[in-house]
Amino acid sequence: MTVLAAKNITMQFGGLTAVDQFNLELQANELVGLIGPNGAGKTTIFNMLTGVYVPTSGEIILNDESIIKKTPHDIVRLGASRTFQNIRLFKDLTALENVKIAYHNFIDYNMIQGMFRTKKFWTEEKKAHEECVKLLDIFDMGEYADTLAKNLPYGQQRKLEIARALASEPKVLMLDEPAAGMNPAETAELMETIHFIRNKFDITVLLIEHDMKLVMGICERIIVVDYGKTIAEGTPDEILKNPEVIRAYLGN
Amino acid sequence: MDKNKRKAYIINTISIISLYLVFFILIQTKVMNKYFMGIAIMTCIMIIMAMSLNIVAGFLGEMALGHAGFMAIGAYSSAYFSIALMDTGFPLPNIIVLILAMLVGGIVTGIMGFLIGTPTLRLRGDYLGIVTIGFSEIIRIFFINFEPTGGAAGLKGITKLVNFNNVYWITIVIIILIFTFGRSKQGRAIISIREDEIASEAAGIPTTRYKVLAFTVSSFFAGIGGALYAHYQAFVEPSKFGFMFSIEMFVIVVLGGLGSLTGSIVAAIVLTVLPEMLRGFAEYRLLVYSLALIVMMIFRPQGMLGRSEFSLTKFIESLILRKDIKNSIDGGETR
Repeated sequence: MTVLAAKNITMQFGGLTAVDQFNLELQANELVGLIGPNGAGKTTIFNMLTGVYVPTSGEIILNDESIIKKTPHDIVRLGASRTFQNIRLFKDLTALENVKIAYHNFIDYNMIQGMFRTKKFWTEEKKAHEECVKLLDIFDMGEYADTLAKNLPYGQQRKLEIARALASEPKVLMLDEPAAGMNPAETAELMETIHFIRNKFDITVLLIEHDMKLVMGICERIIVVDYGKTIAEGTPDEILKNPEVIRAYLGN
Repeated sequence: MDKNKRKAYIINTISIISLYLVFFILIQTKVMNKYFMGIAIMTCIMIIMAMSLNIVAGFLGEMALGHAGFMAIGAYSSAYFSIALMDTGFPLPNIIVLILAMLVGGIVTGIMGFLIGTPTLRLRGDYLGIVTIGFSEIIRIFFINFEPTGGAAGLKGITKLVNFNNVYWITIVIIILIFTFGRSKQGRAIISIREDEIASEAAGIPTTRYKVLAFTVSSFFAGIGGALYAHYQAFVEPSKFGFMFSIEMFVIVVLGGLGSLTGSIVAAIVLTVLPEMLRGFAEYRLLVYSLALIVMMIFRPQGMLGRSEFSLTKFIESLILRKDIKNSIDGGETR
């Protein structure tokens, strides 16, 4: 079953075509990598898929619904959430609050009920609290629940960002360079985490990554882009042998 | 509701009541005369104004410099309403008239806040600051030229409905409501916009809607503050709601700590009482006032309490256990 499909999406900034006729089809429960040299247009593709940019032309379908011109928060509600290349946590809030904010759409009480703290407020807040603690526990971050996000170690901040993205219960999780700035041990742990959440939450994962070990290690399918165009697509082994890919990365 | 929360509720309730009793005794024994009572009432009104401004300036993290304009709308609309209501001669107890007038002031101002906020919140930072100054000046000049509310001469004939007893309890209720608002899912969403707007959007928060909500709620409570002001002074004139008054409120919020409601309360008390206390040496008053600000900005630029809240429960616990008093400030200071 196709969860997310992009058909011929093109993004032009003035005269520059950043992404040209890009196609993508993500099946349920797939783990797909998106790689390419610097400036190839990977993050632009991400930004189109998550509603930050509106493609110049083309169509994006998420769960049988077009998401062109939808706002980022609508797309999150429809089931696609993301993390950022440079970590974007709510730094002055605790880890638990970070997750609770992303759980927002499942908490059901209005402003008046919240201000007067009716019974509904307490039951809903209790439910949210329990769910979010459970989510942190899955990431072994229960002990950090009351730590301010900015005081967490780097690896934990990355994990917290993934936990936050999962709190909105997505069907597709998009990770933008999750291993950036990590040492090999942390990267290995991250690989395990990504594998684990894919199976645990039964979701599709699309990730941009420069760390070849991580991409080749966990991705079932890899898409290589260069100058905004798909130049190769296939299993890690196929990609490694593909002459186009070698040329894009190493030159002629 | 767990045990700790219940304990906190009980301690806070007891302290609110005992504070009231202290004032009650002071008033009954005539230690607190009319002059001091006036200061106390103005302090309560300033607490409401500062806390409501803190919703936009502290929670949402946007510079709003037009709070006096919203207060003016609240003051005029509620006063106009209560005069009309009194004219009908319908026998209503004063407190009901006051509450109705407050609601009218709050709702009218809330609607104005919504209308002004929707287009202006596309701007950020100092640009928003300038636009809000502009709007509050427009409001002031509107009332100067608007004959039905007395124009530049001001609106007279308002029944004085506010006294210390009712304004104390109204302030307590509003403090509680703004607190619970900040700790509801709506408050959390607004705070997340301050922290990182892009991340907030990516976490599924409709940021534009919550920005407008913060602005509307803030102006609603500002309108209530204005209504109390009108029914305490029994007279409103446009010149009171100038730019300097907005700045005064903003200074209170910054001094108390952006995002700290207890900070706003403390700063509102200090900055309303201090100028009155300094009345004796009038020529040095502004000097001391500005010196206090400069010292504050040098030694504690994040404001008295930063973003943390003062918790009475933790304060008492630390007194009993003789722990570091600093722990009583929720979350602690990390820098």
